[in-house]
Amino acid sequence: MSRVRGGHNFYQMRVSDKEISASRGPVDILVALDSDSISSHSKELSAIGVVVYDSAALKEKHDGSQFFDVPLLDLALKNGGDKIMVNTVATGTVLGMLGLGTDIFLDILREILGKKGEAVLSANANAARAGHEFAGRECLRCEFSTPAIGTKKMLIGINEAVGLGALASGCKFYSAYPMTPSTGIMLYIASKAKEFEVIVEQAEDEIAAINMALGASFAGIRAMTGTSGGGFALMVEGLSLAAMTETPIVIALAQRPGPATGLPTRTEQGDLLFALHAGHGEFPRVIFAPGTPEQAFLLTNKAFDLAQKYQIPVFILIDQYLSDSQWTYDGFNLNKLTLTDWRATESELEGVKDYKRHFLTDHGISPFARPGTSRHLVVTDSDEHDEDGHLIEDAATRVQMVDKRLFRKMPLIRSEITPPVFYGNSRPDIILTGWGSTYGIMKEAVNILSETTKVAMLHFSEIFPFPSSQELDYLEILGKANMTIIVEQNASSQFARLMKTETGFEFTGKINRYDGRPFLVEELLGEISAYIG
Amino acid sequence: MDIEPHQFLIVSGIGQSGKFPHYLKCNTFNGLHGRTLPVATGARLANHEMLVVAVAGDGDCYGEGGNHLMHAIRRNIGVKLFVHDNQIYGLTKGQASPTSMEGMVTKNQPFGVLSEQLNPMALAVALDCSFVARGYAGDHEHLKGLIKTAVNHKGFSLVDIFQPCVTFNRVNTYAWYSQRVYHIEDDYNPEDRVAAFQKALEWGDRIPIGVIYRNNRPTFEERVPVINELTLVKQPVSIEGLKSKLRKTIKEFF
Repeated sequence: MSRVRGGHNFYQMRVSDKEISASRGPVDILVALDSDSISSHSKELSAIGVVVYDSAALKEKHDGSQFFDVPLLDLALKNGGDKIMVNTVATGTVLGMLGLGTDIFLDILREILGKKGEAVLSANANAARAGHEFAGRECLRCEFSTPAIGTKKMLIGINEAVGLGALASGCKFYSAYPMTPSTGIMLYIASKAKEFEVIVEQAEDEIAAINMALGASFAGIRAMTGTSGGGFALMVEGLSLAAMTETPIVIALAQRPGPATGLPTRTEQGDLLFALHAGHGEFPRVIFAPGTPEQAFLLTNKAFDLAQKYQIPVFILIDQYLSDSQWTYDGFNLNKLTLTDWRATESELEGVKDYKRHFLTDHGISPFARPGTSRHLVVTDSDEHDEDGHLIEDAATRVQMVDKRLFRKMPLIRSEITPPVFYGNSRPDIILTGWGSTYGIMKEAVNILSETTKVAMLHFSEIFPFPSSQELDYLEILGKANMTIIVEQNASSQFARLMKTETGFEFTGKINRYDGRPFLVEELLGEISAYIG
Repeated sequence: MDIEPHQFLIVSGIGQSGKFPHYLKCNTFNGLHGRTLPVATGARLANHEMLVVAVAGDGDCYGEGGNHLMHAIRRNIGVKLFVHDNQIYGLTKGQASPTSMEGMVTKNQPFGVLSEQLNPMALAVALDCSFVARGYAGDHEHLKGLIKTAVNHKGFSLVDIFQPCVTFNRVNTYAWYSQRVYHIEDDYNPEDRVAAFQKALEWGDRIPIGVIYRNNRPTFEERVPVINELTLVKQPVSIEGLKSKLRKTIKEFF
């Protein structure tokens, strides 16, 4: 969790030579830099687990072979000259315990500390080596088998992936008000603002943020905003404005537990139905919920494409768990990116005599000119309006415009939606279903359960419009299984309710977690086995 | 002013003032109540070669959208804001607005307005707004000059325009304003902020109209490096260009 200063905090890292996608419970090496870390986490030790701690610094001595007393502070002071290097010593120690060398670590230190000068760098290198040496010499219990170091991988979190996806889609404007856990998206785009020529504006509030993005979008560029539950609550009127004026917008909604301020630095999937129903009036929208950074990258790209193509709001729903996790990849496939300028170009508008911003077409999509860049006038209104964009009161035009925005566009938008990912046994007895951030944990559970059971996973990342079953008949697959379990990080099974509304299907079992913590592999397996018996 | 209808955008909100652009020939975004300035700011940042005018009312801009006014002034975004100030809520039929005078009795304020009247001019001077002026709808020629000066000013302009509501405001009538407003003296120096604050505080028997304050602060657009050369709308975006930048950016994650 996020702590600015003081209090207990921890970070978990899992290493494997196989693909992994979730956190597990048992800890092999616990590096305890304070007493709280020992009391809170030593019960999580695996059978071969070791606690690294400094009895002199913490002023407490633990017996038992699982405790490895390392004079972290003393080694830092003697070899580095500063107590701040305890971290460096500890990292060196862990590498020594794992039987790994320090070369890569020293390269990383050079990358991070190089600009601080040779003295700082060599002090840290000495500290790292001292920790490494100590572990090699003193850790009697260390018998970890580590695979050979593989090729370098990319390490990326979901906020960066969403930001990268926005940049990859030609996003030129991002306005937001800082709010955990969405702030990272703004920070990442701001860090690339110069290179990608993007304006990132920290708005005075979320209401301003969405309205600014809409102004920029109306004027002709791709624009986005991002927030979390409470901030999105403030944006809701702007969402409705986007719909009425048919102005494209991409909204990243990073969920955290509510209501109100809730648990600001914890995780939940509690805002799916909020995003689905937010905004007064009836209008189309698209909701994506990526489960991994790679999905987030590509779905953000798709979000920009659909938002501009259909002139609608598109959501990217993530959550704190995803925002604060990092995944490794060999790379992102840039060939999957798409970039089409759906705005009306000057040449397309050349033959047009009387341009009408909300011109009625068979497909409901009106050519959208960029104001100020042609002789045409671009007029729109938050009031119901005619084809010209001027406000009206008459019944017939009202019906035409609702039909245009909703009924004509919706089938086309639905045809863009990709079916869920079906993973595991092709004729499963048990199916785990989920959406968004439970992708990784469900996949791990399926991998483990596959050894004894015919099990599969259905993961929805394109949630609304609800995918049709034409391409993948997931309803038939679900219908044939004995047990269908919906896994959600919320109290009321929001996706299951949406599924029932859209398809009539009801899951046989539900697993809900709403304590603000993500599932660990063992925890989910425990919940599932309660069903299987 | 040599500006063609397609060369400028009017952003308006909701209220009697919000319908303004529908009576004109221009690009129009008639948005939400109170949210004119954020939309105008976004549009201006996307295309800072386009004149962007914001039109709001006293309830719209000083009530619902008060926060945005403060921050638009701080940014000094090159948006020209004209506030139709009738000191009453007209569209909702006669409730007090932030600029209604203390003690004014309405159907919704049976004991009279209890809050102090907002002084937008003093507020703007206090925030170092780069152009602060007041006009009167009963003095067309003067107002016309004021609008031109505001449009030609580089940076954010606020023009508060007394515009009597003949239906719901029985206090601040044409006669009321006509007896009180006076043209600010020719020898007045609008660049003297302290004098401007004094001028902005004048209210009662004599109310000044004209340019109250101005300065030459750099605009927001001038200070955003990525639009130094080309407006955002004019910057070319190609998949090849993006991919080559992305290849470099993605390397940073390794």
